[in-house]
Amino acid sequence: MSTSVTTAQGSEQYHARLRVRRVLSEFWRWIFFASTALAIVLLGMLLYSILVPGLPWLSWNLITEMPSRIPEQAGMNSAIWGSIWVVLGSAVLSFVLGLGTAIYLEEYAEKNRWTAFIQTNISNLAGVPSIVYGLLGLVVFVDLMNMGRSVLAGAFTMAILILLIVVISAREAIRAVPSSLRQASYGLGATKWQTVRSHVLPVAFPGILTGVILAMSRAIGETAPLIVVGGASQVLFRPGSPTDPFMVMPLQIYNWTGRPQPEFEHLAAAAIIVLMIVLLIVNSLAIGLRHYFSKKTRI
Amino acid sequence: MVSMTTTPPRPEERAPLDLSGKKKRQASERLVKYVLVACSLVTVATTVGIIAILLYEALRFFRDIPFWNFLAGSTWTPLFSGSQQEFGVVPLVMGTLMTSVVAAIISLPLGLGAAIYLSEIASERGRSVLKPILEVLAGVPTIVYGFFALTFITPVLLQPLIPGIGTFNGLSAGIAIGIMALPTVTSLSEDALRAVPRSLREAGFALGATKFETSVRVVVPAAVSGIVASFLLAISRAIGETMIVAVAAGQAPAGQSGGSDGWWDLTESMQTMTGFIAYTFSSDISRESTAFHSLFGVGLLLFAMTYLMNLLSQWVTKRYQEEYE
Repeated sequence: MSTSVTTAQGSEQYHARLRVRRVLSEFWRWIFFASTALAIVLLGMLLYSILVPGLPWLSWNLITEMPSRIPEQAGMNSAIWGSIWVVLGSAVLSFVLGLGTAIYLEEYAEKNRWTAFIQTNISNLAGVPSIVYGLLGLVVFVDLMNMGRSVLAGAFTMAILILLIVVISAREAIRAVPSSLRQASYGLGATKWQTVRSHVLPVAFPGILTGVILAMSRAIGETAPLIVVGGASQVLFRPGSPTDPFMVMPLQIYNWTGRPQPEFEHLAAAAIIVLMIVLLIVNSLAIGLRHYFSKKTRI
Repeated sequence: MVSMTTTPPRPEERAPLDLSGKKKRQASERLVKYVLVACSLVTVATTVGIIAILLYEALRFFRDIPFWNFLAGSTWTPLFSGSQQEFGVVPLVMGTLMTSVVAAIISLPLGLGAAIYLSEIASERGRSVLKPILEVLAGVPTIVYGFFALTFITPVLLQPLIPGIGTFNGLSAGIAIGIMALPTVTSLSEDALRAVPRSLREAGFALGATKFETSVRVVVPAAVSGIVASFLLAISRAIGETMIVAVAAGQAPAGQSGGSDGWWDLTESMQTMTGFIAYTFSSDISRESTAFHSLFGVGLLLFAMTYLMNLLSQWVTKRYQEEYE
């Protein structure tokens, strides 16, 4: 018996195999396309499931009225104001702390074990479930610092949560500043902080701002830590000071979704539409700002 | 800041350089540095704070309930009274694992498939349309996915297939978590795939491989560390996801609702670890009860699980990363 094949036989086998391989390639191409398409179909279903029950319930009442037992009269005014308080508070706090951390890590820190530890720590923190931040906020801010279940405690907890987003994007923005700028500043005798403040930060600013806005958009949608810190009970007034109790938009949606009456489910859908519109505006703002500044400051 | 307003004087009439501000500048430089160091310490303090608080409060809980009874006990009824109150965490852990497994079955293959499509197959134009749409999915708040699971996935998609399925069930929550985690897998895997140098693909084609063979047997293996890291991150997010399960998975732990056949029964209510924490805080609970302290025991376990996943993910990235010039 012979193990060798003639050229003709080999070629025939090769071509038969090639046809199979080509069909297989084409087949998988469609599978990969289908998985992308399925993701988009799912997004479509998600929007459908919100728009159909929600649109008929969308009204000015929803924005101007306080929560109520009667679904026709219920609104999310207190939740909108609560979200504004908490999100703005956490944005300011995380901006200050995050920018400081980013400047330190990019401009000041030496490459040693401690710096490496801070970096690893930041990436580890990014993986901690948000509800665990809620437990931290409950013990540290609500209890130990005696803030109670207030706007302040909510803003601090949320600030810690979104701090990582600010740090990571601010670092990227600072790193993107060309080192020739720093060298020129040092060459004129400026100190480190003078260089950072007057030359690095202005150039990095659009990137940092975009990061803060994206962090805000995360804070707007975040619910879990605020259940722990703020509690999910109804709040029937707007917060007037940082020590007042609060309700935020996603928490109001959670509250309505959990009720047995279908009217509240529809109300929740309408509230989700409002929430998504707010997110859309905030995200467009980030994109718009980036676009505007990238035209203005080009180095 | 030093400002120069006048034209420099001729050398012979130039006054000696005024360096009197140097001390002040040095002092403020030091001050700035201290402030910045303090900022960077906040992230470290957060980690220390989380671990310290979870450990401290959990230890108070373990004084009442022995650690082993907590970890291996098979009944979870913290809000019951008297002798019916039991703190066996296994049903909660099963709830978390079962919903996460469903989420993984949805998000990992779909996410990787979409990543391969976007990176290897789609035209630049197709990609520029499809990618932003997937990013929209990533920006949707998780409470919205919870609403979707409760009001659409269960009644519209699952009810016709599984007629007896409960209003609250683990399956719908798992599916919704899977959809939520999908963009994580896609965007991180796509980054990994795109980082593979073009020359590797060209070598594959030159050897006569088809597009599919090149993608799956050359590019994917070269990007495997990034892909596995994206998988682990998605699973870690699934374990930690709270709002979807709080809305859709129900408030009875796995195997403890009326119609449930056991821990594995995804068609019935299946409270997870995160779901328990959220549910307990949305109902008022005494701050001095064992049930309240049990929250931190569960929180500690949750933290440990996700932390291990993250460490694993970092290890995989380091260990299996291919370096290209």
